[in-house]
Amino acid sequence: MSTVFQPHEADWYEATARERITGLLDPGTFLEFVGPEQRAMSPHLEQFNLTGAFDDGLIVGGGRLNGDAVFIAAQEGRFLGGAFGEVHGAKLVGLLRAARDGADKGGPKCVLLLLDTGGVRLQEANAGELAISETIQAILEARLVGVSVIALIGGRSGAFGGGGIITACCSRIVVSQHGRVSVSGPEVIETNKGVEEFDSKDRALVWRITGGRTRALTGAADRYVKERIEDFRAAAIALAARVPAFTIETLAAEQHRLAQRVQQYGDCRDSPEMWRKAGLAEPERIAELSDDAFLAIPQLKDAHHDAR
Amino acid sequence: MERFQVRGVSNRRAAGACKLIIVGVNASGNLEVMIERVLPDNECVVEVTTQVTGFRSVWQAVIEEFFERSNPGGLRFSINDGGARPDTVTLRLMQGMQLIEATS
Repeated sequence: MSTVFQPHEADWYEATARERITGLLDPGTFLEFVGPEQRAMSPHLEQFNLTGAFDDGLIVGGGRLNGDAVFIAAQEGRFLGGAFGEVHGAKLVGLLRAARDGADKGGPKCVLLLLDTGGVRLQEANAGELAISETIQAILEARLVGVSVIALIGGRSGAFGGGGIITACCSRIVVSQHGRVSVSGPEVIETNKGVEEFDSKDRALVWRITGGRTRALTGAADRYVKERIEDFRAAAIALAARVPAFTIETLAAEQHRLAQRVQQYGDCRDSPEMWRKAGLAEPERIAELSDDAFLAIPQLKDAHHDAR
Repeated sequence: MERFQVRGVSNRRAAGACKLIIVGVNASGNLEVMIERVLPDNECVVEVTTQVTGFRSVWQAVIEEFFERSNPGGLRFSINDGGARPDTVTLRLMQGMQLIEATS
């Protein structure tokens, strides 16, 4: 494989879900569950004259991260926008339940979620909505028995709709500049509340509000990384090792953190107003900085809070 | 949507021992190709599921040229196509072929 593709040097945004898995895990350790040869495909798409994917846009399996056993799931953001359907969701829920059930029997203590999704697949919406709910429940049940669930987001679909809610339920969140995280997409907000509320055609605005830099600066993501797969790998290794216990105290701390954030920034109309309040130099230029300059901002703190 | 297969014969077994490779993504203008080493050494087949109807003769020509060029004995190719152009199809088939022969 190495003669054709150098996974550790590759760009997360450009890579396919399979290339991300190959580059993220220790070389040669990935073992896929319900692989493409089993053709577990969506039974619904054909009615809409759509061809499916052999893995239904979600790859699940096990492997090693820096020597430790992990489970991993990766969404292919270019197949139907990485959206959740029935089979796609069932594979993810099954993986999380396996982590929950195996945690006290020597199974992996960490699940890596490589999210890249617009939310629910419109062609199988009810099944997709159920899959989102079951995924959230499965993440929380896994965390309750001591499994850490790490979200890694830097693909073109970001993590939207139910994918944004799933992200917020994870133990730790890693983003790159392209990793947009939110619930309602820009077009949805504009359709419902008008262009004065949110102009979805203003790409700079969209990234200023939902992009990885804003998420990292507000503490909605725990670590900001450059676009390379090796940076995501380093972040996953560092964060998996120190995840807060999933207790009432942690939830109370998270609630406190969010309440403080609303108090501090609740009346801001755009992110530069927030950065001015936070005391950042040149708050209007945050989006233009290089990744190295952004990472050097003193206010960009790394997962120092005990919440999540 | 259209489904069909193109069969070929080969005078050699494709190199390598890898049993399964998947390349590409089923997206607009793109396709995914899964290759399985499941056939007798002198046979090959490409099974196509495509979103775009009416181009079967073009597919036939592209696949027969690929068979001639790559001689992929023993391999079954399965395609989910999102409307890729013929040159993209050829490139993906060649990419998959190179990967399965180079992977131990």
